Amino acid sequence: MEQPVATTFFFYLLSGLAILSGVLVITRKSPVQAALALILTLLCLAGLYLMLYAPFVAGVQIILYVGGIMVLFLFVIMLVNLERSQREKQFNQQWIAGVLAAVVLGALFISIYTKGKALLLRPVVEFPEAENTQKIGQMLYSNYMFPFEIASLLLLVAIIGAVVMAKKRI
Amino acid sequence: MPDFITNYLDKSVQVTPGQYGSPFWALVYILLVFGGVSLAVVCMNWLERKILAHMQIRLGPMRVGPHGLLQPIADAIKLILKEDIIPEGADRFVFWLAPMIILLAVFSIYTVVPFGPAHAITDMNIGILFMLGVSSLGVLGIVMAGWASNSHYPLIGALRSSAQMVSYEVAMGLAVVSAVLMTSLNAEGTGTLSMIGIVQAQYAQHVWFVFKFFPLGLIAFFIFAVAMVAETNRAPFDLPEAESELTAGFHTEYSGLRWSLFMLGEYGAMIAVSSIAVTLWLGGWMRPFPNLLRGGTWDLTFSLFPALTFFGLAGLTFYSTMGMPKHSYFRAQTIGLGALGAVFALIGLVLLVPPVRGRVQDIYWFILKIAVFMYLYIWYRGTFPRYRFDQLMKVGWKILLPMGIGVLMLTGMVALRTEIWDFVYQSIRRLVHV
Repeated sequence: MEQPVATTFFFYLLSGLAILSGVLVITRKSPVQAALALILTLLCLAGLYLMLYAPFVAGVQIILYVGGIMVLFLFVIMLVNLERSQREKQFNQQWIAGVLAAVVLGALFISIYTKGKALLLRPVVEFPEAENTQKIGQMLYSNYMFPFEIASLLLLVAIIGAVVMAKKRI
Repeated sequence: MPDFITNYLDKSVQVTPGQYGSPFWALVYILLVFGGVSLAVVCMNWLERKILAHMQIRLGPMRVGPHGLLQPIADAIKLILKEDIIPEGADRFVFWLAPMIILLAVFSIYTVVPFGPAHAITDMNIGILFMLGVSSLGVLGIVMAGWASNSHYPLIGALRSSAQMVSYEVAMGLAVVSAVLMTSLNAEGTGTLSMIGIVQAQYAQHVWFVFKFFPLGLIAFFIFAVAMVAETNRAPFDLPEAESELTAGFHTEYSGLRWSLFMLGEYGAMIAVSSIAVTLWLGGWMRPFPNLLRGGTWDLTFSLFPALTFFGLAGLTFYSTMGMPKHSYFRAQTIGLGALGAVFALIGLVLLVPPVRGRVQDIYWFILKIAVFMYLYIWYRGTFPRYRFDQLMKVGWKILLPMGIGVLMLTGMVALRTEIWDFVYQSIRRLVHV
């Protein structure tokens, strides 16, 4: 496949921004600023999807996460008492869990770095960008029909659950 | 001239600069669209005040320039010179960022707006998805503005706006999906999300999608037309900035230039969503009856419309010049108005030149269709009372959403009617044989 302009530059720019804003999410004291940093992370991820020739996934990422879920996050945060949350401790002292997670992640990184591509699954077919969306639709409604329907059932259960919890009298 | 400038001007090139891979012309288009939209917002500002005034039997702006024509310029100077206030206790960074986000979101939408088969900055495979996604970023700006102001009215305005925009996005998305579904009714059976592809599908199917499967297309279009007014926070859905309750809603604490950025964003968003509606349902850049009334004579007739419009504007201006007061105090204004008329006439003459005529008429029809929507926006504002918030939510969730789902399902069924009939027929035959 033809290499587009400045691919490496954009990859490092986007992933660097994603990591930086990811760190900001946990270090910022103000919940709204943390949420805004999370939005930046999600936007960077959308950019990375675009670089992987997955424009549909990138578009859905922006619509669902940035336009939908994060707006609801902000909506909830605004209703929370901010003064109290400012005084709360930001990090729990769970050293054992933290070290364990760091070791596992480090091992994962090292194995990927040394073994390289052999460790990861190879893409079966490379879709050209122009047909990406159509192919996703066909795949969802033929090969992956069952998982797709299961996912929709899960979402339905979640919606009903939310309604039951929110409404006192039904 | 360098090759990268001239090669796109070749007559055989019928794609957008983005697809052709010409950064220079993409930049030119970006600047043109940015300038054009800003100019349109300025015109809209004047037109809205004038039209609203005439609807309420007032005169509207009359002082600055003939018929208040220079009022937007006076306003702009005032806004730039005004003090820029950041309230105490505000989150300065978020306060500063909010209007930028709104502007960024609005102007990014124009990347894929198809003013003609070759007149868009670029054409994306996910065009309509991109537009919906980026326009949903605008909510973020409003929420940030409301929260960062550290004040009650803006916060309530932002809460209202986020609830409203998130709920109407759902109905809007369903209406859009039913239009996208219609693009797939061709020989290959694959639809498209690309904005240019959607218009071409309407050309290939010989019908605007608003008239397709009557009345299904019309209902989907109606849902979108209602949802887009709510999306842009305009009357009668302007609860986030309801003057009588919230002063000015989420931008109460903004002043001067920052406030004008919000206005620019709002009017820019109005034009952008109208362009989505025009592209999806009203045939985009196509002139009326491109298939029925074809042939040299009709092509010539329709290609004269842009020039005729400008000649009409010029005539109107010259007529108004005659009506100006004869007092020497008004001499400068009269001369200015005459000069404006001369400029209009000159533009009309340029539009008569055959190569320009051929290239410009797509843009003309697209903008004309958008202008109808812009007038409707003003009309709504002049006639409808504002909804209450529970009524707004009721309309969004209990009326538009079920209607959207129903239209989507019916569209799918009508599209597959031969297959469904076939299936029913075969099943009955099998039953009878058994």
